Parts: sequence; structure tokens; C-alpha cells
Amino acid sequence: MARYAREVAVVAFAQSDHLRRTDELSEVEMVMPVLHQVLAATGLKAGEIGFTCSGSSDYLAGRAFSFTMTLDGVGAWPPISESHVEMDGAWALYEAWVKIQTGEADTALVYSYGKSSPGSVRDVLTRQLDPYYVAPLWPDSVALAALQAQALIDAGETDETGLAAIGARSRASAGANPHAQLSGAVAQGPYQVAPLRTGDCPPIGDGAAAVILAAGDVARRLCERPAWITGIDHRIEAHSLGLRDLTDSPSTRIAAEHAGVFEAPVDTAELHAPFSSQEVVLRKALGLGGDVAVNPSGGALAANPMMAAGLIRIGEAAARIHRGESDRAVAHATSGPCLQQNLVAVLEGDRA
Amino acid sequence: MTAASPPEILRAPLVVEFPFTRSLGPVQSAFLTGLREGVVLGVTTADGKVMVPPVEYDPVTAEEIRDLVEVGTTGTVTTWAWNGSPRPNQPLATPFAWVLVRLDGADTALLHALDAPGPEAVTTGMRVRVRWAGERTGAITDIACFEPAGDGEAHGEAAPHSGEFADAVTGIVAEARLDYSYSPGRAQTAYIAGLSEQKTIGERCPSCHKVYVPPRGACPTCGVATTDRVEVGPAGTVTTYCIVNIKAKNLDIEVPYVYAHIALDGAGLALHGRIGGIPYDQVRMGLRVEPVWTEGGRYPDHYRPTGEPDADYDVYKELI
Repeated sequence: MARYAREVAVVAFAQSDHLRRTDELSEVEMVMPVLHQVLAATGLKAGEIGFTCSGSSDYLAGRAFSFTMTLDGVGAWPPISESHVEMDGAWALYEAWVKIQTGEADTALVYSYGKSSPGSVRDVLTRQLDPYYVAPLWPDSVALAALQAQALIDAGETDETGLAAIGARSRASAGANPHAQLSGAVAQGPYQVAPLRTGDCPPIGDGAAAVILAAGDVARRLCERPAWITGIDHRIEAHSLGLRDLTDSPSTRIAAEHAGVFEAPVDTAELHAPFSSQEVVLRKALGLGGDVAVNPSGGALAANPMMAAGLIRIGEAAARIHRGESDRAVAHATSGPCLQQNLVAVLEGDRA
Repeated sequence: MTAASPPEILRAPLVVEFPFTRSLGPVQSAFLTGLREGVVLGVTTADGKVMVPPVEYDPVTAEEIRDLVEVGTTGTVTTWAWNGSPRPNQPLATPFAWVLVRLDGADTALLHALDAPGPEAVTTGMRVRVRWAGERTGAITDIACFEPAGDGEAHGEAAPHSGEFADAVTGIVAEARLDYSYSPGRAQTAYIAGLSEQKTIGERCPSCHKVYVPPRGACPTCGVATTDRVEVGPAGTVTTYCIVNIKAKNLDIEVPYVYAHIALDGAGLALHGRIGGIPYDQVRMGLRVEPVWTEGGRYPDHYRPTGEPDADYDVYKELI
């Protein structure tokens, strides 16, 4: 199936341990080990990478052009071809994928990171909202997710017990993920903003991730079983929450159609659903049945490093293909309130 | 030299404040001016939908829309969430419900707060009305919040509105303040701790052996951690400089003065500082300088000539 000009695969993935605080580490010190890991996994040197792209947010760091500091960890001399998105690293991966599709690069290093610990991330995220009608009210990220959760409950699509089960399953799965911030039995806890309880919300923490993309035969040389990106697309909803049906995610569905998700069954889904209620929306939009392993890594309810958690979904899906645990996986990343922006990728391994 | 034990990681409050001044287009101007006057306006799309709050472009067709309508100040809750612990800056300081409200005559919903005694008093579909702020300026906060309304209160239709008001609001100031607790990390903590003993601590790259001051923990050339601490200076060489002729606001330094790049002895790159103790027009490349600390100062106030002969160009040319 020739959907795109070139075959591109994720050939390596690494992530940091995700922790509540990392005061002792500057951002570059947090990022550097995962960069070294993906480079070591492929045997590539920084100077051999065709394109580098990162994702992060100045608002988390509380200072302008913060991403330039982490570039120190890349080894950008002699000068490299580099770019940055003020988004989750999944969108940096999309930019790198486009760069490879154009033929301007054969390999790409994609990384992203976020330290939420220095600030109050619930308040920081209000600054991404419409500045005229919404941001002056300071509705925090949990409040907006709670509006969506109530809409789902009103529509009969879930209830508080169902939401709690999603959190419990995610953190149980995270028991097998040494990088996760929360795993095992975690108390559902009190309401944060009802109907969402602590257990429905992601942990706040710091972390980083990196992947290496490669095209065609380069990918085959670098990786025993490359995770081919056979489809990738991203879409956005109208930004006013009151214009949207919060119980649905048409942007995810359209992105999935364009990425070819529905053309064949998937065995794994890594969904970027920071709130338990959002998994309900995404399962519906992606048409996932009970036979699909959803978030075997634990997902964002087990570790949600801002700006990296979406890239980690792609990395986790790819890693399962690398290990032979999946043949066809869907990975999803989100950004903004109530699943405003959604990226969907299909990853496939060569069949024996 | 490698420091014996790492000092405790520093942390300090960091406040980011930005009063963004934003201009309003005709639609947003009419909406916010309307709020000041106690009127809620929306827009009608080509297919007859009424959007409140109004958008400037049709979300489906992207057509520009300017057809303003007035809608009711009562409406229906379409979804809600109970906020038991209000955060700073939110509309109410006491527990309240976040609500999306479809005002009478509108097809879309507005986000705001609902003042209610408790979550048991809130339901999807309940009727609410606007509670206006006492003092109104032309901002979304002119709606103080919503409050429960009786079922009997009128369900109005949207009515055309010119959007014209005397003394229209044409801009808003979007105030924001975010509080952080900044930690500079291991490398810069060591640097700052060194300064408190009037020492300048850099870090050496294990690969290219360059010594970075101030250290950031990584060698940007090699992309590896710099963990080997090195004390540099105190004296150094002026590698380049400029003469400052414009007095900066709140800065108590007489112009003209000299600002220079100074390569401290042993450092692999220059840092910058002010040169004093010499007439500005006698500062030169190669001048040997040393730091001058003031009582209780946390970094050198300025650098002054050591009196040594100038350094040879070849010694510092790689550091310019």
C-alpha cells in the first residue's frame, strides 16, 4: 500500500523515568540521557542525523526560548538542521516525518520534554485558552475535563464507576512499566472537580522522551523490526468549547480515517487520554473493541509529562512492534483542553 | 579541581507577569461592549445558527460573519462540573459549578461559573440567569457568574442588533501572573554557590575539554554531560567590548561605560561584565582584568585592570 512517497519507521525509542519533581536536573540534564539512549540503540552519531525536531513549552519552564537550552544536549556542532514545535513531541515527530517524506532527510531525531514541577500546571494551562472569553476566568485543565466527563455521564456513555475502572486498569498495566510515575493500586481519592476524582486525573510530573525515525533501507539497517508509520494525520476542533459536542471527537475520527486506522484491525492502542473520561471518547472515535490492548504502558494516567506524553504513546506503540508484541498498533496524541487537537498514527511491523 | 560534595539544589520564586494588550475586531468589540451595557450579543451563521459567545468566522465554512443578534440573559446548563476548591483568579472564591450555558436564543454554549449552594443544586438542563458584576468594563468578567433561575423565566428568541454602542470597547488588557519555584539544577547551583565564596566555577567537557562558565550541565558541541568542576579566574582577558552611551532605566551607572566579553583564565568561553577603574576610551582587546566584589555582592560588580601586560592576541583569539 503506497499511501506516502517514502516508507518511514520509528527505529528507536527511549524515555526518562517520570517523577513528581526533578529539582536537581536542568532540562538539558533530563533530556540528554534519552538522547544518548536512542542514538546508542541505532549506533548513529548526532552529526549523522538528517533532521532534529523537538517539542516543549515555554509556559512550563516559565521563560522564553527555553528549548534552546536543551539543544545543548544534542551536540549541535557542526551546525545541524533543527526545528521546534511549541507542542507535544508527537507534532515534532509529524514535522520530522514530513521532512523525511520530502526527501530532505533519511533520519530524524525527535525529542520532547516537560517539567511541570516548577509551576502550577493547572493554572499554567489556562494560558493556552481563548484570551478574550475564556482565559480571564482561569478555568483549569481539570475543570474543563470535568465538564466533558459530566457530558459523557449525562449522555449515558459512562459513569463514575466506569471512569474509576479506567484509572485502575491503567495503573495496574503500569506495573510493568518501570518509567511510570504511578502504578499498582492507587486510591480513587476525593473529587478534584466533580465528577472527576484524583484517580481520574493524570499525575503531574517531569519527564522526557526521544525517538529516531528512518526511511526505507536505512530503517531496516538500524532496527531488526522497524515500526513502520503506515499512516499519520492530525486534526483540530473549533476552539470554543461551547461549539463542540464534548462527548465525541470528530477530529480524532477524521485523523484516524486519513491514517488508515479502519482499513485493518489493530491489536494495540496507545491513547493519550490524560483524564479517564477522555479514553471513553477516544475508544468511540477510534472504534476500539474489547480485543485491543489499550494503553498496556499505563498511558497518561500513569505518567503525563507535559509535551512528551503524546510522543511517548507513539514510542510505546513502536516499542511493542520492535519487541514483536504487536503487528499493527494505533498511537494517539492530544493537545489542548478536552481533546482539542488530535494526532493519530498507525504503526506496523513486517510480518514473518 | 572537582568539588567534594554537591551543594543543596537552589530554589527561588520566579514570577512571570504579562499584561497583554489585545485589540478587538468588530464582533468581539460589540460583544464585550454589550456586556458592559448589560446586553448579550451573538452572531448568526449562514445556516442560521446563533453563536454565543460570537465567533468572527464560521467554524464550518470559515466565512466571515458579522450579523449580530441579541440573546437572552437566561439560559440552560448543557454540562457542568462542581469546583469544590476554587483557585486564585477564578470567578468566585466560594465553591461553585463550572457551567456551559446555552443562553435563550443561542445554539452554542458559553463557559462561566454558576453560584449554587452545592452540587446537589446543579443539574444539566437547569435554568440559570446572568448575574452582572457591579462595575462593568467590557470584559467577560462583566458577567460575575450565573445564578439559578426559575423554570418560568422567559425563553427568548434571538433578535437582530446593530452592535452599535456609544464609546465602544476596542481592546482588553489580558492580565496574567504565573508563579513558579525555579530551580537552576545541579550545574548552575554549583556556579551560584561558588559565587557566594567569590569563586567562579565552570565545568569541563570530558570529550573536547572546553571549560564552560557559567556551566549549564552539557557541552553544546559534543552533546555530553559536563561533570568535572573547575575553578577559573579570578583574572581574565578582555576579548571584545563595546562602549555604552545610553543610560539604562533604573541603572545607576554613569555613561559612557564599557561592557566587555572577558575570558577568565582557564575558561573555554568568555562571559560578560562591566569594565571599571580605567577611562572608557582606554579599554582594549587583550586588557588583563580582575573582578571587583562589593560588600555582600552575589556576583562581581565590575572588572578592573590588573596592571599586567596585555595578553597576546594568539592566546585569546579562539575565545572571541
